[in-house]
Amino acid sequence: MPFDYYLNIAASGLLTGLVYGLAALGLSVIFGVVRVVNFAHGEMMVAGMYGAVLLASLLGLDPILAAPIVAAVLFAFGWLLQRGLVNRFVERPEHMQFILLLGIATIILNAMLMLFGPDSRNVMVPYSFDTVEIGPLLLDAVRLRAGAGAIVVTVALFAFFRFSRTGKAIRACADNPLGARVVGLNIDGLYALTFGIGAGVVGIAGALMTLLVDSRPQLAPEYTLLSFIIVIVGGLGSLPGALLGGMLIGFSEAMAGFLLDPSLKSLFSYGVLIVVLLLRPQGLLGKRS
Amino acid sequence: MTGRGIVLLALCGALLLAAPMVADRYVLSVLTTVLWFAYVGQAWNVMMGFSGLLSLGHALYVGLGAYASAALFVHFGIGPWAGMWVAMLAATAAGCFIGFLGFRFGVRGVHFALLTIAFAEVARIGFDHLQWFGGSGGFFIPVAGDAGNDLLNLRGSPELFYYVILALVLAALALSRVLLHSRLGYQWLAVREEPEAAEAVGVDLFRARIAAVAVSSALTALGGVFQAFYFNNLFPEQVFSMGRSIEIILPAIVGGIGTLIGPILGAFILTPLGEVLTFLIEATGFDLPGLKQLFYGVALVVIVVYRPDGVWPWLAARLGLVRRRGEDA
Repeated sequence: MPFDYYLNIAASGLLTGLVYGLAALGLSVIFGVVRVVNFAHGEMMVAGMYGAVLLASLLGLDPILAAPIVAAVLFAFGWLLQRGLVNRFVERPEHMQFILLLGIATIILNAMLMLFGPDSRNVMVPYSFDTVEIGPLLLDAVRLRAGAGAIVVTVALFAFFRFSRTGKAIRACADNPLGARVVGLNIDGLYALTFGIGAGVVGIAGALMTLLVDSRPQLAPEYTLLSFIIVIVGGLGSLPGALLGGMLIGFSEAMAGFLLDPSLKSLFSYGVLIVVLLLRPQGLLGKRS
Repeated sequence: MTGRGIVLLALCGALLLAAPMVADRYVLSVLTTVLWFAYVGQAWNVMMGFSGLLSLGHALYVGLGAYASAALFVHFGIGPWAGMWVAMLAATAAGCFIGFLGFRFGVRGVHFALLTIAFAEVARIGFDHLQWFGGSGGFFIPVAGDAGNDLLNLRGSPELFYYVILALVLAALALSRVLLHSRLGYQWLAVREEPEAAEAVGVDLFRARIAAVAVSSALTALGGVFQAFYFNNLFPEQVFSMGRSIEIILPAIVGGIGTLIGPILGAFILTPLGEVLTFLIEATGFDLPGLKQLFYGVALVVIVVYRPDGVWPWLAARLGLVRRRGEDA
């Protein structure tokens, strides 16, 4: 039945989109608080992918179990990066922040190229070829788990920002850095923490992504652009927006790949981006600044 | 600029004019690459340096210029001197369209930069599928062989191309200087520094910005025409890639955004640096893919951390080439 086809493709696109959304969430958190666009985001994501690949081949660890370890490493990296370099650029013009992060992205990307080579690596899990039947849907087990993982992390992130004291402090920083400083918050520390969280989140997204695609260094710029698209479509700084944008892009990619030509799928993402920038520049769920 | 600065500049110009008499083929090809990046860097500088509009998609204008002139030549036999007008028109139309969309809807800063990336990427994917332009298999201009120099059709020896690109660089430099000291140039600087204040004193922000995009994209398209006829092959994956856009903006950033000499100086630093690195990597046998780019990344970070205004303002002040800071134009 053709309708079932569409339903299945839509569902698998939405599940992949959840992982995209998680990656974009990391970007959104960093931008929303530190006001710096992390141009090395895709590079960090692919670093997370290689982390999971390495843990799988050395210890035989499932990428889902590897995700927390990868997140911890990338958190430390992001924290140090913000403390060491990015922090002195917070007050500088946008184009300088961009150049700094572009330099960092180039370094990460080529370091990975030197360490792992240009060939793709994949992760084998026992359930690689399993499918799960839900009503008319026939879903890949890997995709289902990756999507579920993305949802769990997103919910945890929401809870952190809404209920924990540190999360509230970070939100205060985002709303009004000067005011936050006046009431005695350690802005630099919170910025570093935020950058670390953003990097950790995109690391988890990378680890989950290894379930769906093979790891190659060349994916990095693609994922950077994809995260940008999603964040802008969803609304810069809006966490639900990032998730919604991710699902929308995942859906449109899957549909374009199925209906037209897989090589045209990113054309659709850019199309969505251009339309959103023109009709609703603050993004679907963003607030007008 | 001080007398010393003018003398030094004239000396450099004379050296560049005389270069083909002493340089061998390899050095000449490196110099041609240097000048090409100096030229497109200068063109990009009109947008970012003068008017504060960050474009990360200048490969789009290079590509449109290259494909327009190459297709006219191959399909209709129309030479580059006629084709370049179409090339400039195509790129300017694209630039103004992006600019119109961006400025009309208040797309600023990072968002505008992303819009430029998005359009370059759309063009890359689009040209991959346009068979009239060769698609992803590439578009080729027949190599002329040894028929001698034909300036009219831009076919000929490396010396010919060298002098053409040198003339382009000097023309772009002169044009930038004239523009910067014109009414429009002062409007650009005002828009760059304080858009609200500029608007308050009656500058039409939209018109000033569109003018910057138009000038920049038209100049960049000429760089594309040169590239098409110099290399004789065009691949969407290379011509429109984001990596290419970044290569275009690096010389101006390294040399000094918003200065006239900056993009040229930056190109003269970066391209030879790359050549030396390639040579060193090959000589030591330490040949790993990505090593050279890794070094570029480090250089970028070091420059933006320690010389955020670029090398030229600092160098000019150190050597006493300019009267005081900011007056190097």
